[in-house]
Amino acid sequence: MTPHCRYVLRLADTSLILAQRLGEWIGHAPALEEDLGLANVSLDLLGQARMLLSWAGELEGRGRTEDDLAYLREESEYLNATLVEQPNGDFGQTIVRQVLVDAWQLELYERLQQSKDPRLAEIAAKAVKETRYHLRYSAGWLLRLGDGTDESHARVQAALERLWPFTNELLAADEVDREVEAAGIAPAPDTLLPAWSARVDEILKDARLEKPAITPFGWHGKQGRHSEHLGYILAEMQSLHRAHPGAAW
Amino acid sequence: MGVEPQPAAPLPMVLARLREILAGVPDPEIPVLSVIDLGVVRHLRERADGTIEVGVAPTYSGCPATPVIKADIIHALERGGFRAVAVDVLSPPWTSDWISEEGRHKLRRFGIAPPAQAVSSARRLLQPDPAIACPHCGSTGTKKLSEFGSTPCKALYRCDSCLEPFDYFKCL
Repeated sequence: MTPHCRYVLRLADTSLILAQRLGEWIGHAPALEEDLGLANVSLDLLGQARMLLSWAGELEGRGRTEDDLAYLREESEYLNATLVEQPNGDFGQTIVRQVLVDAWQLELYERLQQSKDPRLAEIAAKAVKETRYHLRYSAGWLLRLGDGTDESHARVQAALERLWPFTNELLAADEVDREVEAAGIAPAPDTLLPAWSARVDEILKDARLEKPAITPFGWHGKQGRHSEHLGYILAEMQSLHRAHPGAAW
Repeated sequence: MGVEPQPAAPLPMVLARLREILAGVPDPEIPVLSVIDLGVVRHLRERADGTIEVGVAPTYSGCPATPVIKADIIHALERGGFRAVAVDVLSPPWTSDWISEEGRHKLRRFGIAPPAQAVSSARRLLQPDPAIACPHCGSTGTKKLSEFGSTPCKALYRCDSCLEPFDYFKCL
């Protein structure tokens, strides 16, 4: 698999796994509006994942479809960022995870619109508009929770401490990232850091939340080495397709 | 292998007929709008073998209505005596600015506030919304209840004057 294909697959898997996680809220969110909100964000991410998976399948050139890639790969073949497979926790933890990812995707998709891969640039141009609404939603909730009651403030601050170390992986470049950067396909993740930090800092400040200290903590989901949570997600997501190959609604 | 003939624009009379047929194809989620009103039909071309190719722009990436819209378009054209295929058009991405003037009137009559402004600035989406007029009584004393409504393209609002809740078709 070329670095180009691996890179597209990383983006696809990150969107797909986050969509699956957010889908777990359906029927369980604190209010009907949030049920709809989280489901709609999930749906956008799923749509983006499908476009990216199809493109990765074409780049790979082995005839794998979006469904083959989503339903028939094992844990170590999944290349999503480790942050998105972290459990939903309470509503506050889900919102913290969402702010961190939304701000990253927004910056990334804005830059990817200039990609030398025209298909990726098209997908990014579509996705960036949806991502703006995602961040509006998640940041809006983080403001209310962070600047809310003592209880809500303490919970989202704790969630922030817990999830913050996972952001290192989103914003650090490895070999694949360097190769696609050199080919003009994508910006290296570390070049997104200043803009991402500025955006996140502003949201945290408004939400009266304290930015956690930088840690050397490293995760390698995008290289296929995951936390213990991904296996359970895949087991649920893939069970129907594996039991009934090719099943359709 | 020779160069494949490029699809061409259909004759004006054919084009008018195609548009007439498509103006009768409703959006599955907001049936008061036709696919023409919604601005999702991006091109109509005639392939060398006579098949009509319809370019369809999805509204939101994950919108489940998109495959239904494509199937409905093909069926409607087939009923009208055409052979048709629908292809995705991703670029430029669909924008709510493409909803026709007539479409905006229809939305309002249906109880959905149409998108308030042209989407020109990317950054503006992170700014506060402009005042949205209630589609029932016209008052701009309205409040956003939720960023997402029954579909990704809509937000939930409530009018403080007539107290009715309503959907707002978001700018995209």
